[in-house]
Amino acid sequence: MREVDRRATFDRRRFLHGVAVIPPAVAVAARVGLPVGTAWADTAKSLKPETLQTLACMARDIYPHDHLSDLYYIAAVTTWDDKAAKDDAVKVLVEGGVARLDQDAQDRHGSAYAAVAAEDDRTALLRGIEQTAFFRKLRSDLVVSLYNQHDLWPLFGYEGSSADKGGYIHRGFDDIDWLPGV
Amino acid sequence: MAQFDLNDDGLVVIIGSGAGGGTLGNELAQKGVKTVILEAGARHEIQDFINDEWASFVQLAWTDARTTSGGWRVAHDFPNLPAWIVKSVGGSTVHWAGASLRFEEHEFKARTTYGAVPGAALLDWPVTLQEMEPWYAKAEDRMGVTRTNGIAGLPGNNNYKVLEAGAKKLGYKEVHTGRMAINSQPRDGRGACQQIGFCFQGCKSGAKWSTLYTEIPKGEATGNLEVRPGCMAVKIEHDASGKVTGVVYVDGDGKTQRQKARVVAVAGNSIESPRLLLNSASSQFPDGLANSSGQVGRNYMRHTTGTVWGMFDKPVHMYRGTTMAGIVRDEARNDPSRGFLGGYELETLSLGLPFLAAFLDPGAWGRSFTSALDDYANMAGMWIVGEDMPQEGNRITLDPVVKDANGLPVASVHYDDHANDKAMRDHAYRQGSAIYEAVGATRVIRTPPYPSTHNLGTNRMSAKPRDGVVNSHGQAHDIRNLFVSDGSQFTTGAACNPTLTIVALAVRQAAFIAESMGKKEI
Repeated sequence: MREVDRRATFDRRRFLHGVAVIPPAVAVAARVGLPVGTAWADTAKSLKPETLQTLACMARDIYPHDHLSDLYYIAAVTTWDDKAAKDDAVKVLVEGGVARLDQDAQDRHGSAYAAVAAEDDRTALLRGIEQTAFFRKLRSDLVVSLYNQHDLWPLFGYEGSSADKGGYIHRGFDDIDWLPGV
Repeated sequence: MAQFDLNDDGLVVIIGSGAGGGTLGNELAQKGVKTVILEAGARHEIQDFINDEWASFVQLAWTDARTTSGGWRVAHDFPNLPAWIVKSVGGSTVHWAGASLRFEEHEFKARTTYGAVPGAALLDWPVTLQEMEPWYAKAEDRMGVTRTNGIAGLPGNNNYKVLEAGAKKLGYKEVHTGRMAINSQPRDGRGACQQIGFCFQGCKSGAKWSTLYTEIPKGEATGNLEVRPGCMAVKIEHDASGKVTGVVYVDGDGKTQRQKARVVAVAGNSIESPRLLLNSASSQFPDGLANSSGQVGRNYMRHTTGTVWGMFDKPVHMYRGTTMAGIVRDEARNDPSRGFLGGYELETLSLGLPFLAAFLDPGAWGRSFTSALDDYANMAGMWIVGEDMPQEGNRITLDPVVKDANGLPVASVHYDDHANDKAMRDHAYRQGSAIYEAVGATRVIRTPPYPSTHNLGTNRMSAKPRDGVVNSHGQAHDIRNLFVSDGSQFTTGAACNPTLTIVALAVRQAAFIAESMGKKEI
């Protein structure tokens, strides 16, 4: 069978054309292979940098894929900064939601959410707020803003657009070779 | 290309350009009947289609406001998206999968076959399979349906091969790559399927039949058909004698226009069609047009659906090739010993990663969910298409609060599963799971129904005027020159994807309308 190369590749076009909104610090780190760190959030216009970092941490805890770098989670949440800049209600929703989550984390673990060490503990905190408007909005936005990043698709073995490559008629539409005989 | 005058009162005006409206428009044009199609959506041609699920959804889907209620999970997960249908020239034939199945004889006689079912508003169709057979044959020929007219079946893709292997291990006999309105060889000026995938996003090779690039241009070439995109019908008008006289619509520039008509045919799919009739209420028809029975909007059916995903320890790449790549038909029979009436088909289905994430288990998050997506390349998928029970309370009504851009009440869609629907779905989930487990699935996931793609029954055919909205030709019982030409005329839903039957009915209806006009009966 024809397999899909799942090694992450840095797609220059993504940054040149701004297909997804990725802070320049993240783009540079990704290009040279450095850890992404937290400096990327310092350019936030409307939300607090720590809030953006918490959103990225929540994004990974909501949709955890260990084979994905932070890059994709950061790209999926940075749009909230723009939305908050344009709409005070969004800013209140996000800052308020993160503040409550941090307070819950303080009460239970003595630290802010993003600093709680164990994923299971963070997930339990998220379960506590999953019926809130903040969590529901974040999750429903994230399911699109995370999985609709085109350069993330090959990492899952999905090949995306096909008509421009002549379809799959000569590219393995029927190449399965492991089924038991009937 | 024809361009008709707004005051021309000799026209047939069709609302909607999908399987029903597009086919009816071409058939009438071929017979020399001057026809205008009003289409709410824009005209996107093959070259405009996008192999990208969300971008295509934004381009093609009907996303105007609607509301929902009832026990179906769609009302909770997608409260403003009860249906996934298309707002574009060609209607839902742009994104349909291509499955083209004839009803079985008993499926035209649901009330007689199934008996009196508590809670169900069953009725026999006022037509029989025997009467429909020649029209089915015409429809299959014009659509180029595989396994009819000497047309070979499509080759099976990986997703089909998994289904076939599992089904045969279970002992299923009628397992094949379907009767599909997708060219397996060049035909009718269109090429053969390139196994692109993205059937739901508009076929970029044109191998799949759609009114957009078959019926509509053929009709336009006669000089008798004019298609007006971007024109949203808001009201059908009538005179003092009760005959309809024209259609008020809002054009692409937001201007209100009034097209006179000799005959009006409604083909806006089973949510918008009843909405238009209800929004056309007048002092003479206070409950809406063609609604003396009170049946307009009732008996909304959407098929008993669900999806089964099988995960394997090796790759499948289900997204390669046709989306509906094959079918198991053995469970389509009516066999009440299974614990439910009617039957269901199992048909392959694939989604790309973005849509799978959104629809696998709406609202779910955490590692159980993401571990399924991690195995995306190793998944196979099948969709259940079963006959659901018509119920009076499953219904399209006018929302009392929410209005559209033109200030008109939007459609509100209420749906509850019947006990028979639930029993059928559970059976289908079990059989679907067994198919994948028979060939080594390590995990099976059951996905709840998506927003409806098969919307049926809300202006149903009936022999008696008190039981339904239209007669056996789709002609309103109450108003002789008003017709319904889409799936809303279905009396019951059968275990069949509806498009072939909609097309067959439209071809038959065109002959009836042309003949009635010739005899000056309408």
